[in-house]
Amino acid sequence: MITARDASTRLAPPVPWDVERVRQDFPALHQQVHGKPLIYLDNAATSQKPQVVIDVLTAYYAQENSNVHRGVHLLSEKATQAYEVGRVRVQRFLNAADTREIVFVRGATEGINLVAASYGRTWVGAGDEIIISAIEHHSNIVPWQILCEEKGAVLRVIPVNDDGELLLDEYARLLGARTKLVAVGHISNALGTINPVKQMIGLAHRQGVPVLIDGSQAAPHLRVDVRALDCDFYVFSGHKTLGPTGIGVLYGKAEWLERMPPYQSGGDMIASVTFEKTTYNALPYKFEAGTPHIAGVIGLGAALDYLSGLGLDRMVAYEEELLTYGTAALRAIPGVRLIGTAKEKASVLSFVVDGVHAHDVGTILDQAGVAVRTGHHCAMPVMQRFGVPATVRASLAFYNTREELDVLVAGLHDVREIFR
Amino acid sequence: MSELRELYQEVILDHNRKPRNFKKLEWANRTAEGYNPLCGDQVRVSLDVENGVIRDIGFEGSGCAISRAAASMMTTSLKGKTTDEAEQLFERFHHMLTAGGNGSDAAELGKLTVFAGVSEFPSRVKCASLPWHTLHAALAGKNEPVSTE
Repeated sequence: MITARDASTRLAPPVPWDVERVRQDFPALHQQVHGKPLIYLDNAATSQKPQVVIDVLTAYYAQENSNVHRGVHLLSEKATQAYEVGRVRVQRFLNAADTREIVFVRGATEGINLVAASYGRTWVGAGDEIIISAIEHHSNIVPWQILCEEKGAVLRVIPVNDDGELLLDEYARLLGARTKLVAVGHISNALGTINPVKQMIGLAHRQGVPVLIDGSQAAPHLRVDVRALDCDFYVFSGHKTLGPTGIGVLYGKAEWLERMPPYQSGGDMIASVTFEKTTYNALPYKFEAGTPHIAGVIGLGAALDYLSGLGLDRMVAYEEELLTYGTAALRAIPGVRLIGTAKEKASVLSFVVDGVHAHDVGTILDQAGVAVRTGHHCAMPVMQRFGVPATVRASLAFYNTREELDVLVAGLHDVREIFR
Repeated sequence: MSELRELYQEVILDHNRKPRNFKKLEWANRTAEGYNPLCGDQVRVSLDVENGVIRDIGFEGSGCAISRAAASMMTTSLKGKTTDEAEQLFERFHHMLTAGGNGSDAAELGKLTVFAGVSEFPSRVKCASLPWHTLHAALAGKNEPVSTE
């Protein structure tokens, strides 16, 4: 059935992406560093925040500040409502079936730790296996390593090819009767590879294995639909998705969350307490012990609404175009080698300059006003796989421009000039 | 570019390209390893010390231009010095990196004053000081690797 809304989107003429207008929404972009206009290409580390997010945080603290789920007084009711509206916004953003499946955590890292502790404690035993990939962020490696050590379980790693693409045949071979969980990133933070997670989830489910997706880099760059993916868990961080730091999301299918034991314990996660027995609260509160990051949730809700309001499909198309432009521009510089050249890629330009350490490149670019990340990007196994100590990473967002990438390129010519 | 030229002086670039004493000493009686977890720089300093005099010194490892040049120039400036003189030089060098300027210590620091520009780049101070911290650990006979963090 075609709804009126579908028809109108189809018939509407394509609207060009007005990047200058979008940039007006981000106050931090309009400043100078070292006397040069800031060119912020460190979006994979954290995104800048639109004014609407800054405004709702101020308004919450100025007018509604109160604790949630407790008071009968008006402010507490307002704060509780604003907090729960934030949950609805996240549910819609992820297309989750139910708000009970949206658990607020500090960030993707805490979301993964929650699943490792709660799911892991219950369903992983000696000799069992957990599958991750060779291009994970440390936060999707270490919690599983610790769990495996505690339980006597085994960590299996899906290898990658030289372009930074996962080897799916190897993955299929790793899946077996002992596999208890697959945990992979949606987009690699170090390389930008978009992993074929839908296909990977399908393969795991055929063997009855649940899958956790680390969506830290995907939430700000792709349309995420947890029901279409059919993933069992999905985590992302607010601060990489235009929201505040200290807030993140764990989506979990209710059928799993219902059966999982609490992660942390304290206030808000209980239904009743006596010294003999405590009954846990219903979902999602069972997993939200203590006073939550109320302002963070409200800010994240505003950020996701802002992002959706921009038109996700147009945003994705613009970012793709920007990445293609940047890729070609970097390839044209002698001595610059891209690390991570997957066919399906988003937002990340990771590279090395022949004979120049990434740290030196970073300092020279910084003087030109260009903010990039240098180092191992919390993905040391990726650096080892590609035989480099560190890379320079320029990570793009929808508010970056071709002109900014031109300044990056000019800065890299300065690098070659200084180190010639 | 001028501030950058101040940081990446020709002498520094030269020592980065052709590091001196980039070797493992066969007869080392003092060694230590240094590591900067922030950027992954690694350095291993080995010394042959006899009667309190540094007879030979070498370094190995990987790192940025600043840390490589700092290690290389450290080795050239320390050969033949006493361990006490080495420690004094370390203090003066460190003071120059963190407090800026090279004023009264310029004579003692000699060629090492080319690193004065590093003080303008706070995130790079650890790059230049890592080899010296490692030297300090080697002379103190510490077995644990030194970390800049």
